[in-house]
Amino acid sequence: MRPRLATLWLDGCSGCHMSLLDLDERLLEIIRDFELVYSPLLDVKEYPNAVDIALVEGAVSTEADRRRIQIVRERTRILVSFGDCAVTGNVPALRNRIGIDAVLAVYETPPTREVPMLLPVFPVHQVVAVDHWLPGCPPSPDAIFEVLRALLEQRAPAPSGVRFGS
Amino acid sequence: MSVYTLEIDGREVGARPGETILAVAREHQIEIPTLCSLEGLSTVGACRLCLTEVEGASRLLPACTTAVAEGMRVRTQSERIARYRRGILELLFAERNHQCAVCVSNGHCDLQALATSLGMDHVRVPYRDPLLSVDASHERFALDHNRCVLCTRCVRVCDEIEGAHTWDVAGRGIGSWIVSDLADPWGESSSCTGCGKCVQVCPTGALFEKGKAIGEMTKRTAFVPMLQHMRGRRR
Ligand code: SF4
Ligand code: SF4
Ligand code: SF4
Ligand code: FES
Repeated sequence: MRPRLATLWLDGCSGCHMSLLDLDERLLEIIRDFELVYSPLLDVKEYPNAVDIALVEGAVSTEADRRRIQIVRERTRILVSFGDCAVTGNVPALRNRIGIDAVLAVYETPPTREVPMLLPVFPVHQVVAVDHWLPGCPPSPDAIFEVLRALLEQRAPAPSGVRFGS
Repeated sequence: MSVYTLEIDGREVGARPGETILAVAREHQIEIPTLCSLEGLSTVGACRLCLTEVEGASRLLPACTTAVAEGMRVRTQSERIARYRRGILELLFAERNHQCAVCVSNGHCDLQALATSLGMDHVRVPYRDPLLSVDASHERFALDHNRCVLCTRCVRVCDEIEGAHTWDVAGRGIGSWIVSDLADPWGESSSCTGCGKCVQVCPTGALFEKGKAIGEMTKRTAFVPMLQHMRGRRR
């Protein structure tokens, strides 16, 4: 049976998913070898059960992110922090040093119900357990491909070429 | 002049008395990671990334400040050394604010490169997220305290090579920071000659030239040993 693959983003810019799309013709290999069960690229609303591998882009920065990542963790065997925002907090975490009140101060009336409550920004592994880290802003298509191949072949990913930033 | 014989990673090497483990290792193409040390400047042993195992010593010793001795047996790689180096690197990343993706030194930074070479793919300690300032008062350069690792290379080059001694370290422990003159804005410094040497030797994106965008700040450090060498000759 093909491993069930999910991809999602929390507080990220979708750049990591753009890099995933930059796998180009290798995407055909990915959908041949994995069953894509949940992703912004699919029209699936609920995070499914029994997911083998999840690529999580973005930091945890709202109450909604926190609930979501907990569900993802419960239903996923191997969770991969996908890109710098997930791994370090990166750009979303810039607000941590000034605090949430300072961020909301730009609004005349701060939104209360329309958007989820902001939290201090955390890397994914400081909220739930993470199995693999794939830094990069964004990670290169080659690095993404290598991690997916390694997980498929049940070996450790070759770390070469992985770095923070771009 | 006598010559010492010692062993580094199982290789027998010759060294002159007074040389450091780091210098001898480099002469023999044995790589030891460093951050605060720079050829041509005095050594301070501030970053501890160059820690090595010396037989008979219970703790790890920094290669950049430890002088060689006859019969010394040194290891530059081990599971224990790797664990310490990685831990130190994680603390450096957690201490201040590093967002490589939006940094002037992205792609040309010693700290960023160390994360890659030491395989540091995430930081296990909580980030401190300190609120730090950027001193952009100088006409041509700026100092972003968010990216500073307190290696003191800037302090040393300004004092030892330029002779201006504009920079110093103020405060203690985690509250330490780099200050110009008596903690005045850099642009108002009466000692700074504007030579830019500190900017060139800074291993991170902390000191940079104004007008550089993300990833545009490249640095050159080869002038430091060259200047030292030329001055040595004149003396
Ligand atoms: S100084 Fe180096 S490690 Fe820090 S953000 Fe800039 S590139 Fe990254
Ligand atoms: S520009 Fe030159 S004189 Fe001024 S602080 Fe830097 S090293 Fe010192
Ligand atoms: S400003 Fe740069 S050279 Fe000076 S201590 Fe900080 S990191 Fe080192
Ligand atoms: S390079 Fe030796 S302590 Fe920094």
